[in-house]
Amino acid sequence: MRKVYSKILSIAGNVITVKAKDIAYEELAEVKTSRGKSLAQVIKLENDTVSLQVFSGSRGISTNDEVRFLGHPMRVAFSDNILGRIFDGSGEPRDKGPTLTDNLIEISGPPVNPAKRIIPERIIRTNIPMIDVFNSLVVSQKLPIFSVSGEPYNELLARIALQAEVDMIVLGGIGLKYDQYMFFKDTLEEGGALSKSVFFMNTASDPIVEGLMVPDLCLAVAEKFALGGKDVLVLLTDMTNFSDALKEISITMERVPSNRGYPGDLYSQLAKRYEKAVDFQGAGSITILAVTTMPGDDVTHPVPDNTGYITEGQFYLRGGRIEPFGSLSRLKQQVNDKTRKDHRAIMDGMIQLYAQFKESQEKKAMGFRMSSWDKKLLKYGKLFESQMMDLSVKVSLEDALDNGWKILAECFSPGEISFRTDLVKEFWPKNK
Amino acid sequence: MNKSKGQITSVQGNMITVYFDGDIIQNEVGYVLTGEERLMAEVIRISANIAYMQVFEDTKGVKVGDRVEFSSKMLSVKLGPGLLGQVYDGLQNPLPQLAEKFDFFLPRGVHLEPLDEKKKWEFTPLIKTKAKVTKGTPLGFVNEGIFKHYIMVPFNLEGEFEVKGIVDKGEYSVKEEIAEIKNQRGETIKLTMVFDWPIKVPIDVYKEKFTPQEPLITKIRIIDTFFPVAKGGTYCIPGPFGAGKTVLQQLTSRYAEIDIVIVAACGERAGEVVETLRKFPELIDPRTGKSLMERTIIICNTSSMPVAARDASVYTGATLGEYYRQMGLNVLLLADSTSRWAQAMREVSGRLEEIPGEEAYPAYLESRIAEFYERSGLVSINNNEKGSLTIGGTVSPAGGNFEEPVTQATLKVVGAFHGLSRDRANARCFPSIDPMDSWSRYKGFINPEAVKMAKSILHNGNEVHQMMKVVGEEGTSIEDFIVYLKAEFLDSVYLQQNGFDDVDAATDLSRQEYVFNKILVVLNKEFSFEKKEEAREKFYELRHLFIDWNYNEFGSQDFKKQEKVIDDFLQN
Repeated sequence: MRKVYSKILSIAGNVITVKAKDIAYEELAEVKTSRGKSLAQVIKLENDTVSLQVFSGSRGISTNDEVRFLGHPMRVAFSDNILGRIFDGSGEPRDKGPTLTDNLIEISGPPVNPAKRIIPERIIRTNIPMIDVFNSLVVSQKLPIFSVSGEPYNELLARIALQAEVDMIVLGGIGLKYDQYMFFKDTLEEGGALSKSVFFMNTASDPIVEGLMVPDLCLAVAEKFALGGKDVLVLLTDMTNFSDALKEISITMERVPSNRGYPGDLYSQLAKRYEKAVDFQGAGSITILAVTTMPGDDVTHPVPDNTGYITEGQFYLRGGRIEPFGSLSRLKQQVNDKTRKDHRAIMDGMIQLYAQFKESQEKKAMGFRMSSWDKKLLKYGKLFESQMMDLSVKVSLEDALDNGWKILAECFSPGEISFRTDLVKEFWPKNK
Repeated sequence: MNKSKGQITSVQGNMITVYFDGDIIQNEVGYVLTGEERLMAEVIRISANIAYMQVFEDTKGVKVGDRVEFSSKMLSVKLGPGLLGQVYDGLQNPLPQLAEKFDFFLPRGVHLEPLDEKKKWEFTPLIKTKAKVTKGTPLGFVNEGIFKHYIMVPFNLEGEFEVKGIVDKGEYSVKEEIAEIKNQRGETIKLTMVFDWPIKVPIDVYKEKFTPQEPLITKIRIIDTFFPVAKGGTYCIPGPFGAGKTVLQQLTSRYAEIDIVIVAACGERAGEVVETLRKFPELIDPRTGKSLMERTIIICNTSSMPVAARDASVYTGATLGEYYRQMGLNVLLLADSTSRWAQAMREVSGRLEEIPGEEAYPAYLESRIAEFYERSGLVSINNNEKGSLTIGGTVSPAGGNFEEPVTQATLKVVGAFHGLSRDRANARCFPSIDPMDSWSRYKGFINPEAVKMAKSILHNGNEVHQMMKVVGEEGTSIEDFIVYLKAEFLDSVYLQQNGFDDVDAATDLSRQEYVFNKILVVLNKEFSFEKKEEAREKFYELRHLFIDWNYNEFGSQDFKKQEKVIDDFLQN
């Protein structure tokens, strides 16, 4: 039986300190308060003073409450039984199912050896043209969805969860509104995807410190499934809440803040999670899609900024659509030469024309005369937006490419656009 | 000196404090004994009997009271034959060997020998008994791939020595003794082919350091023609995320005309290194006919690997570069990204509770960056041959704003600035080096007057473009409009380059000269058009012809055919 400490020295923010000996860094403890039990994690050791962050928050903790160290770091149950289950940020069930205690695994394990990684080469089809055609999602990729509050990012995430061709979904919610949590649950249930999913949900009404654990729990579980040969898609929403939780703890610990109050190690903290995305040679894979809301729609805010440097591209979700500019899948070059030979040409050509459309639109708004070329571009832009960009469009990659050629043929003659001659010969709709 | 011992008194993140007895050195390496594991750590501050140490590994499970063993050595790397083609982490652990032993994951507290100790090298002595030698004097050489790898007197031996004995030509492993030298006090030192060097100390065994003169051909047109880099010089590539820094670095590492390339992937994505790791062994270096890997060393400390080792990785890269420079070779060190290294400094500084400077970076940020870039240079060595170390670092400025401490500190000390722009990247113009902002203090190989002329067209064209946004196309004169079209033409057919096309990705010196001359013809030509529509159409057509030309192999039939088409087009 491990020793119980019943003298809490200080309580500040969600951090408490006790005097204890022989305690390991990042060890877990259980704090028993009048409100019930809560887990806490060691975040600092100084001589025999131990600082712990309390997952359920420090509210209502009394200085004589009991702290019992558990002698192990954070763990999560892993087995096929967790499929279809919903847990909270401490790994406790949120649904009415039983607590799982068998086969506990440690979370936030060691990094993958770069020498064992392989070049990503498999596309994940989502049947969303803005993703499949223009910025293909690739197995082992990590991509954020940059968005602002009010945009349908969770709807997009749910659609990807339903439509993506993967074996398993691990969904992590950090500071998620309750109705959004219910939305995910209902949508995946209706779509029949719940049985291949695991949820770790920290809602906005739960303590935020618990949210800090969510990415690690999701990724630990995903890693085990991947090693077992499954292609796992991890969906996280919203990583800005995660970063804010880090900020809160860091300020409570009186660390020197670097940028807008965020800790200096924000980049490393985020990278540690995102870098778990991997394709294990001879086994499965982890792909990560994470919503990052940008406070004030500012991409230079520390959270989206640091994220952008870590991830392999980003999707911008604005006005209910995935923006073609700025959105980028860095790994698409690895896969889009193996799909169909006109894929790259359509991808580049249509975006360039759309950029020109934007210019013409601007000119039009400023009252300049529209040349015949401008008029063609305006027509093109409209078609592109309604048949490609609209998020409700659900077509396969090949159909989307065919649609692309149709739109082009409707607006331009082959000579007007700079496509390679051999491709035009093969794919330009003949009956036009 | 006796090795000291200590005990941990506090743990926070990767920073520990240790109560020690005896004497320790600043930057000394110590090992934390926790459970069965030995975690490597470095002393970064000493006050009274407390040493502040940063641990190079995850500190999960470390306890107050755990023992620490000091090594009485500074953080060092091993220098000797067998470095080329290796993939190391920031502390010179060979990653493929780790993968062989431990499979997918990087375990804590494991250190493997950086050099293959079993491999036999054919050693040829260059020196006889009784010869006088000093540090850096070649004792002999082995053939490492296509290079003569000189085995030198270790750089840390001060004073003059007399060779007491040296082995005959034959096969030796790096562990075997190859020579014995004696100093003036009569003490003898036994030498193998390998020695240690502390990574944070520059190697300064060269005779003289010169101003970099000769251009380093990267085969990227916008760099070589407009913003050249010199052998032994420095340059930086700042750019927001998604602007193509890493792709640019990868292309450079692949195509640059240089002897040895050291890639220091510092705190960046693991995926990016993987491409180099997997593809280089298969790619053939056109100059040598051998695999590209034989001229490459990869130091890979990706963002999920421990932060402290990130700091070490750039220094490790610089040290290996200086070592090969000492053999008269031209070395290129590509550090991606120096911002991650600066952030690692910031994390450490924060944990030491130092007074923060701008954006919480430590006050010594600038001097550290300057020190690092100053390790580059063109130097003469023992036999008066020259060797060079060129350093190119990417910078990842927060928010893509160049007015931040790391970019500014870097700009002060580099010889060329290749600023990447988000606008150009968004418009899919790659490489997205901004021709308006970038600069270089080095001399290129193309007539500077012609380059100046081309730059002025870019400038004027840009001005017209800005103007046109306000007054519209109809408000622009046809002359101005043509300048704008010329600038756009130059940009799209010469400045932009398709890094994913086998031919267009690399343009060698002679092709650059040839094509640039043809472009000058267009830029200098007086065009007369009636209407802007007509001018635009003509220029678009011309652009198309040139882009197709870029995809033809230099000197091939198709190349000549396309040139003829272009010439005919220009005639009419």
